[in-house]
Amino acid sequence: MATAILQQPGKTAGATPAAKPKPNRSFVHGLLTNKKALVGMAVMALFIVVALLAPVLFPGDPSRITAMASLEPDAGHWLGTTAKGQDVLALTVHGARSSLLVGLTVGFASTFIGILVGLASAYFGKVIDEALSLVTNVFLLLPGLPLLVILAAFLPPGLGTVILVLIVTGWAGSARVLRSQALSIRSKDFVAAAVVSGERAGRIMFREILPNMASIVMGTLLACVIYGIGAQAGLEFLGLGDVSTVSWGNNLFWAGNEGALLTGSWWVFVPSGVCIALVAFALALINYAVDEVTNPRLRKVKTPAPATTGRSAAK
Amino acid sequence: MRFILRRLGFYLVAFWASITLNFLLPRFMPGDPVSRMFARSQDRMQPEQIEALRRLLGVDDRPLWEQYIGYLQNIFTGQMGVSISRFPAPVTEVISSQIGWTLLLGGTALVIAAVVGNLLGIVAAWRRGGAIDSALPPVLVFIGSFPYFWLAMGALYLFGVVLGWFPIRHAFTDGLEPAFTSEFIGDVGAHLVLPALTIVLVSIGGWMLGMRNTMIATNSEDYITMAEAKGLRPGRIMLRYAARNAMLPSVTSFGMGLGFVVGGALLTEVVFAYPGVGYQLLNAVQGLDYPLMQGLFLTITAAVLLANFLVDILYVRLDPRVRSN
Amino acid sequence: MTVSQTSFGSHEPVLDVRNLTVQYTGDTRSTTAVDRVSFSIGTGEVFGLAGESGCGKSTIANSIMRLLKDPAKIAGGSITFGGRDVLAMSPDELRRFRWQDVAMVFQSAMNSLNPVLTIGEQIVDIFTTHAGLSRRESLRRAGELLELVRIDPARLKSYPHQLSGGMRQRAVIAMAVALKPSLLILDEPTTALDVVVQQEIMAQIKELQRELGFSVLFITHDMSLMVELSHRMAVMYGGRIVETAKAHDVYADPRHPYTQALMGAFPPLTGPRVPLTGLPDGVKFRNIPDLAEVAPGHLVAPFGADDLSIPRGVHVTGDEAAALEGAIR
Repeated sequence: MATAILQQPGKTAGATPAAKPKPNRSFVHGLLTNKKALVGMAVMALFIVVALLAPVLFPGDPSRITAMASLEPDAGHWLGTTAKGQDVLALTVHGARSSLLVGLTVGFASTFIGILVGLASAYFGKVIDEALSLVTNVFLLLPGLPLLVILAAFLPPGLGTVILVLIVTGWAGSARVLRSQALSIRSKDFVAAAVVSGERAGRIMFREILPNMASIVMGTLLACVIYGIGAQAGLEFLGLGDVSTVSWGNNLFWAGNEGALLTGSWWVFVPSGVCIALVAFALALINYAVDEVTNPRLRKVKTPAPATTGRSAAK
Repeated sequence: MRFILRRLGFYLVAFWASITLNFLLPRFMPGDPVSRMFARSQDRMQPEQIEALRRLLGVDDRPLWEQYIGYLQNIFTGQMGVSISRFPAPVTEVISSQIGWTLLLGGTALVIAAVVGNLLGIVAAWRRGGAIDSALPPVLVFIGSFPYFWLAMGALYLFGVVLGWFPIRHAFTDGLEPAFTSEFIGDVGAHLVLPALTIVLVSIGGWMLGMRNTMIATNSEDYITMAEAKGLRPGRIMLRYAARNAMLPSVTSFGMGLGFVVGGALLTEVVFAYPGVGYQLLNAVQGLDYPLMQGLFLTITAAVLLANFLVDILYVRLDPRVRSN
Repeated sequence: MTVSQTSFGSHEPVLDVRNLTVQYTGDTRSTTAVDRVSFSIGTGEVFGLAGESGCGKSTIANSIMRLLKDPAKIAGGSITFGGRDVLAMSPDELRRFRWQDVAMVFQSAMNSLNPVLTIGEQIVDIFTTHAGLSRRESLRRAGELLELVRIDPARLKSYPHQLSGGMRQRAVIAMAVALKPSLLILDEPTTALDVVVQQEIMAQIKELQRELGFSVLFITHDMSLMVELSHRMAVMYGGRIVETAKAHDVYADPRHPYTQALMGAFPPLTGPRVPLTGLPDGVKFRNIPDLAEVAPGHLVAPFGADDLSIPRGVHVTGDEAAALEGAIR
């Protein structure tokens, strides 16, 4: 998404770890009863189903030329055709496969690196923490998109390159958030007890500390997926992806390249952009729901503040 | 003072890291893109220019450490080679002719988004459940979900092509002579509206929600209760007590947000053919202009680091606690 | 039950709290934090409110200044200050009432001072808002206030984190008396401080009280401090008042077993060393009835064996049982 370039994963203020660890059952229950989470999950499920069914819905190569160029949406081509005469709906449906695949891969990989770095920083502390924090902060500070661009420009083009550079530029945000959360759990008594009782480092990190940061990991993962999908689109829009694959970003690249805007073919660039936005919005909704469930202060005030409270009275 | 020095040291490390990255990329990447570039554009260049570029980009027989030292020397004396796509202009010249436009676009958009977004966040948190608090965040989050460049395309199509309200490309009308006249400044302003608007629209939601959430946390602090007990006016409590403290994290993210706004500005520039460094970066990529790409990356990084340092100095002014320790 | 007739000093109470009930409304259930509490404070009187943390003491303090925030709500009762109904005040009235009539010293001075404003600015605030003074005049008065609590007026330019804990609390006390309020609420004013500083602060408050003559609502769980400072006091348990009397009467002859337990939980400041006792783990009182007068001005909640819930497996030692039984009798 948009925020992809603006805010790397975990940078959103909403993702700051303020919540105390809570039993996981009430967390899941809270998510399942949260309206935002339900809407978000429904939208995501829909997109995943469409992506999986793409070869059934639109068999064959979606980028083959099937009709006249630049047709407006009609019964034959629900979303019209491109300047080359490709069916826009087929491109959009197939585009979901690459975009979701890259987004999810980048999201999981960045979060995984973030977990490793965060846990190692928090558990070992001292020099290791200093060094890892320095690297993390340097990566956070380097402007993301320009870094993406020069990495992608020097690497051989392809989907692997796209995924790799997105992970390289995306892990630091999650590492920072997860480190600070891990640090606060590291200082809890039960971790100290585990250390004293001689448990192995790996066990303490992954069995004692990690389960207690489930909600933050979840939030970070969502933010990373959002970042992955948006940054992939941005990269591809600049022509730095693998232009032969069909993805939402490449659809937009071709739309820009073929002058869809200036010829008024709005149907060529609207669908892919809306899809990116819907996926990002759905993930953001789930993310806000996670925040609300774990941090009750952010929940909506149910009743208007009573007149006896200071603030409302003072207004 | 120690805080400032620490930060300065950190930025130097970050800058050194980006220079080193620049040095390593062409030397260790598979596929030898640099040779491709030379193959394409060799015939236009003077032999000594080719030699200089070879050294800069690592097609070089010297040992690596010697190359590295030579590279650092070049960077710090501002020798970043000649641009291939804008041959024969030196990279530094190309960049300096364009960075101003990016600063104008990015700066305007960033300041507007941060100021308006934070103010909205303050009001939303202060009136929990009020109109601004309930209606605006979902709308802004939704708008913020669109890719920068897509929103830019939409704005260009709607306000530029269909409605014709604003110019759709470049920073000023072609043929107009840059000068400090009201005509020229007005023209630049008109060209700025759409690109800046898209950046503001996409980024304002993040500012607002960030501020809102910190304000909500701040509002439950004891010093807010004490300020209420003191019978201060609500406006004063909101601004001098709550917002004054809640803005501290916001100032930090202002520095951080800068890097991302640069990214957003790059994409927006591409859509509007706005002659800033982002547009130039795309040209460099398309023209396999590796020296210009590297120069742009270093310049943008340096600008972001510098801006962050300025934000740190501001932070010290705003938070007395970092001043003393 | 009328407590006001036993007020120290004048017959006209400064503050009168009647049947105050405060509830915390949660998602699924509500908790009553303060349950039908009544007391009054006379002019110049120091009234103490004792009890363990969570018993509703601070909620009462916040109710008096109407500082309760969601989800806490005043569900019943009245608060009258100088004949005025505090709960019916308009926002503007309330703002003038706060700090001019009633001021408050909060539990933790570090947290109750704004970290990014100087001490001076935070005192000047008070004068410019309430007294309409100019900044310069306000600053002069702020300097005098600091001198009053023996802080160098040069400290006006200091930020809270630059002062020691004791200094911060004294600065807060200076702020509290800035407008010469008729009632000062002290909500555990010395909890976070070490013993020596505690003594300094208490001495400071006593001195100011003698000088300025304000009434005090003194909230603490520290019985020795309370008996030392208060004229009259009340002991709270689970949102209810279980015993109220002159401080010395409570000290000399605690009637309610909870009061006795509380007395036993703190060492006396002087006298021989005695072993500390308290309520045995898990022992709880329930259904606390209204107070009844057991001696002139000494009211205690009647107490029967049924009102005590002792969880299975808790062993009550002979001494403790004797103490509890003594009270039941």
